[in-house]
Amino acid sequence: MTAMVEARKVTKSYGSVKVLRGVDLTVERGEVTCLIGPSGSGKSTFLRCINHLEQHDEGVLLVEGQLVGYEQRGEKLYERSLRQICAQRAEIGMVFQRFNLFQHLTVLENITIGQTRVKGTKEDAAVARARELLERVGLGAKADNYPAQLSGGQQQRVAIARALAMEPKLMLFDEPTSALDPELVGEVLDVMRDLAKSGMTMIVVTHEMGFAREVANSVYFLDQGVIEESGDPTQVLTNPRTERLQNFLSKVL
Amino acid sequence: MPSAASESDSSLEVVPLRHYARWAGVVAVIIATAMVIHTLLSKIPNPSGQKVCTTVNGVKQCSPQLLWRFSWDIVHQYFFSRLILTGLWLTLQITFFAMIIGIILGVIVAIMRLSPSRLLSSTAWTFTWFLRGTPVVVQLFFWYFFHILFPVLTIGLPFLPVTFVTINTITVFSPLNAAIIGLGLNEGAYMSEIVRSGLISVDEGQSEAAISIGMTRLQTMWYVILPQAMRVIIPPTGNEVISMLKTSSLASFVTVPELFFVQGEISGGNYELMPLLIVASLWYIVVTTVLSVGQFYVERYYGRGALRTQPQTPIQRLRGDLKGVWGKMRTRRGAVA
Repeated sequence: MTAMVEARKVTKSYGSVKVLRGVDLTVERGEVTCLIGPSGSGKSTFLRCINHLEQHDEGVLLVEGQLVGYEQRGEKLYERSLRQICAQRAEIGMVFQRFNLFQHLTVLENITIGQTRVKGTKEDAAVARARELLERVGLGAKADNYPAQLSGGQQQRVAIARALAMEPKLMLFDEPTSALDPELVGEVLDVMRDLAKSGMTMIVVTHEMGFAREVANSVYFLDQGVIEESGDPTQVLTNPRTERLQNFLSKVL
Repeated sequence: MPSAASESDSSLEVVPLRHYARWAGVVAVIIATAMVIHTLLSKIPNPSGQKVCTTVNGVKQCSPQLLWRFSWDIVHQYFFSRLILTGLWLTLQITFFAMIIGIILGVIVAIMRLSPSRLLSSTAWTFTWFLRGTPVVVQLFFWYFFHILFPVLTIGLPFLPVTFVTINTITVFSPLNAAIIGLGLNEGAYMSEIVRSGLISVDEGQSEAAISIGMTRLQTMWYVILPQAMRVIIPPTGNEVISMLKTSSLASFVTVPELFFVQGEISGGNYELMPLLIVASLWYIVVTTVLSVGQFYVERYYGRGALRTQPQTPIQRLRGDLKGVWGKMRTRRGAVA
């Protein structure tokens, strides 16, 4: 069976700055993978390459055995049409550091718009699913509020519900708790923990080492565009082999 | 000297700060307003020297005839006249259709301007540059005389002797249509800048979120970016609509019998220049007022989600004020009793 995500020697530059310098990573179905590392190490960029928000330069990036953004026919890589790329993206949920809820839509509409406009779900079915998801993230009472009326933690839980509404096979989290007040971090991590228990494949860029240790199946330490260390979370986080990871952990723990 | 703290708190009277300068200002404004109203309602002797004579007890007494300084009687006479109203109707039509063209064009040009394609963005820039750089009146004359430059319009394959449709230009570019097209294109240039400022005001994260749930560029623009850009776009657009209402009077240059044109026609016949200019101006003010009220509600609609609480409508605010005054009166009466 093919892995959910497979990266081989993925590189990416912005102008002359090499952000990713050959990233190798494998995520199996149902696994939770945490990406840790100092800021500027390329964690977020790599995550964004997975759903083609950014385009990687070289290397192979496969989601369920399919090349992201390209199609291989014989010896050539053909760039996929925008429609195909959109279809690929719709199957990958993404949660952002700054929530990015649609400010002009109510909480409920935030969760239904993708279903009705992208998947073509009927309005009432979409609403039913949205309400169900809101219950699941503990925000059933907030359906008719606008995002600006919610706390950061609540907004992030809505953002998770919005991504889940698309019934993704993979969820990407880009520092989902970094913009939150410390006392609100827990409520978001709880939702993510439940999600992990339900068998969702997740890739989480995070600074929450406790979460990584408790929930992740594997942890990757990214530094200056390469994977420095990876493996079992307890192994990696308690007995770091490289000096860089030791340094990093001493700062964040 | 006893310090304030030694007194018991409840016995201290609060003396509000006296705003003497503000009171002086209020008095000045009241006097100025009274003067303006007085002038508006004043009468002057008939400049042609006509007199009114009455016979009292067999003695004929004559005095100069008094007329409204601003000829309100003549203003009233023409205000609802058929000619003026048909002119007003044309003015509204020109404003409406020119704005529709302007807005649609503005959105398209703004999106082109922000396109990653150099060719598209520079085309958009050139469009705006040219139309903003030449006088509107000249543009109106250009479209008015368009049928002389191009008597016949053909639709076919470029540079090939194949034509599908041939039309007489004059049938499309009537004076009215020429004015609408001219004003609409010009408006498109201005609207494109307004729309562009709205589009770039929306946080980039919004389009990323939309794209991440699988929306296409077009869907992202239509369902996520534009509705939020509207909050920034609406106020200056309201300005543009009101500006267009008045600018539409330029259509009189190309013989469109709109409001400004017909008032000139009438005063050309009866020499009552000022009264008819007042008639036209009053109509422009009336429509502007209606538009301003409309703008408030449109802004309120597109502002939803941006603020935690919706701004009050003027009616809600008035009701609140009245309630406040009523409440104050009641407590004061209660205090007296």
